[in-house]
Amino acid sequence: MQHTLAQKILARHTDQEITEAGQIARCRVSLVLANDITAPLAIKSFKGMGATKVFDRDKIALVCDHFTPNKDIDSAEQVRVVREFAQEMGVTHYYEGGDCGVEHALLPELGLVGPGDLVVGADSHTCTYGGLGAFATGMGSTDIAGAMALGETWFKVPPTIRVLISGKLKKWVGAKDLILNLIGRIGVSGGLYKALEFDGDTVADLSVEGRLTMANMAIEAGAKVGIFPSDDKTVAYGQAHNRPNAERLTADPGAVYESVVEIDAAALAPQVACPHLPDNVKPVSEVTGVRIHQAVIGSCTNGRISDLREAAQVLKGRKAAKGVRLIVLPATPTIWRQAMHEGLFDIFLDAGAVIGPPTCGPCLGGHMGILAQGEVSVATTNRNFKGRMGSLESFVYLSSPAVAAASAVTGVLTDPGSL
Amino acid sequence: MSIRGKAHKVGAHIDTDAIIPARFLVTTDKDKLGANCMEGLEPGWIKRVTAGDIMVAGENFGCGSSREHAPIALLGAGIPVVAAKSFARIFYRNSFNMGLVLLEIGDEVDKIGDGDQLEVDIEKGLLKNLTTGAEIKVPAIPASMRELVDAGGLVPYVKKRIQTGA
Repeated sequence: MQHTLAQKILARHTDQEITEAGQIARCRVSLVLANDITAPLAIKSFKGMGATKVFDRDKIALVCDHFTPNKDIDSAEQVRVVREFAQEMGVTHYYEGGDCGVEHALLPELGLVGPGDLVVGADSHTCTYGGLGAFATGMGSTDIAGAMALGETWFKVPPTIRVLISGKLKKWVGAKDLILNLIGRIGVSGGLYKALEFDGDTVADLSVEGRLTMANMAIEAGAKVGIFPSDDKTVAYGQAHNRPNAERLTADPGAVYESVVEIDAAALAPQVACPHLPDNVKPVSEVTGVRIHQAVIGSCTNGRISDLREAAQVLKGRKAAKGVRLIVLPATPTIWRQAMHEGLFDIFLDAGAVIGPPTCGPCLGGHMGILAQGEVSVATTNRNFKGRMGSLESFVYLSSPAVAAASAVTGVLTDPGSL
Repeated sequence: MSIRGKAHKVGAHIDTDAIIPARFLVTTDKDKLGANCMEGLEPGWIKRVTAGDIMVAGENFGCGSSREHAPIALLGAGIPVVAAKSFARIFYRNSFNMGLVLLEIGDEVDKIGDGDQLEVDIEKGLLKNLTTGAEIKVPAIPASMRELVDAGGLVPYVKKRIQTGA
């Protein structure tokens, strides 16, 4: 059988022959991930299973990123549980405090994920690693506990939707706009139980960081995974990030796709997802003028160095409008330091931004930028569900770093090209 | 197993932030999570529920975050069954792992109104609307899930495998 990327990677991790979508396959995993919210539950289940050791202490990553720096006693207690478990099991990859970054920015940077890997994580945005050519998907804590104990789990082989993107992107249009546009087209359940496989000349032109941004939001279409081919750029990224053996990986010619979605990248303008679902997507030009109270630049979707550079390019020599809280959260300590050395912090501080630590924080309404009743935020994050960032009566618009920065400057949703 | 309870109907794309907002994810305690179930949909929503009641939803119930706290919150709130047009993937796995029964019944969901009295017979695969008399056939649990259900959930399943060294 000719395999799609998703099927090809599953096939490498099982002794079964992968013959069709819908088949159940028991697969060995490359890495198992959990965070400060999901690990405590996983640990509870792990102990309930009677497990006394993890399958491989080098293949577990525990990243306490969601409420870091711990926002209250309860969240600190949860991290204590994770820390003690990591010590007890001798887990190599345990991160908290100054080690810690937003998990899906941190693991690629550390080389813990790469092409051909099969990664499961107790976090829905685990699908991010598809940007590197990995089959990576989110699961619940108990599934993750099982994987931590056994080193394997089961999958239903997904059918694949091929997303073909061609054409040259205009200035201020990028990976975030592409993925928002796709979710707007196929809807929040358009990829339910399926794999998305990205291809086309625009995809080849995208940086690895842009691909991570896109794969990150596959779950927002309900998809199991969002996978990119691994090419020269992926290999170069691996060589620069502790994965010297990163390989090229493509789907088999003649692989069978359930459907094909084509996107004309050249025709695309900056996009936003309006409240309260990620598929409520419009060109920013249609909602220009909506007043905002907060702009968040960060998260596992858009907290990488290229995102911060994009925001800085817009903010240079400009100031956030009065009454707008501009919050910049570099996603890892390495990105933080790099942004500082590149002088981006001067630009952000001159613009009146608050520069916070690497944390998931406001994205999930945890801390460091919570919305009051009636407040509106533009955010480079991935979800705008009702109440996600604070009050049930608040509003979140999802956008690229450039749109978030431009909107911070004017105080209303703004196309960066119009500044 | 037969369950009788009142239907609480909600819409489509109910996300896990609606089922249990992130600010409540500082505990793994079932009762504490249950006390705040659906707080992201409507404050005080839980007050309408009596133990044994049934959640009825549109498509893609449980979309969004992978938090297993969502099925736990529903169970903690006393809701043993969710019937929906369709379920989000991670939520679906989590629910079976936690012992929350999910009935994927497609458009048949339209035969249930808010407040209707329902009776679910899981073995027979039948959902009866006692208020209207409508009978809804429930598709059989997929074979992949049956192994887990038979073992009593994922925790006992893995426990058995660890004990037997399989």
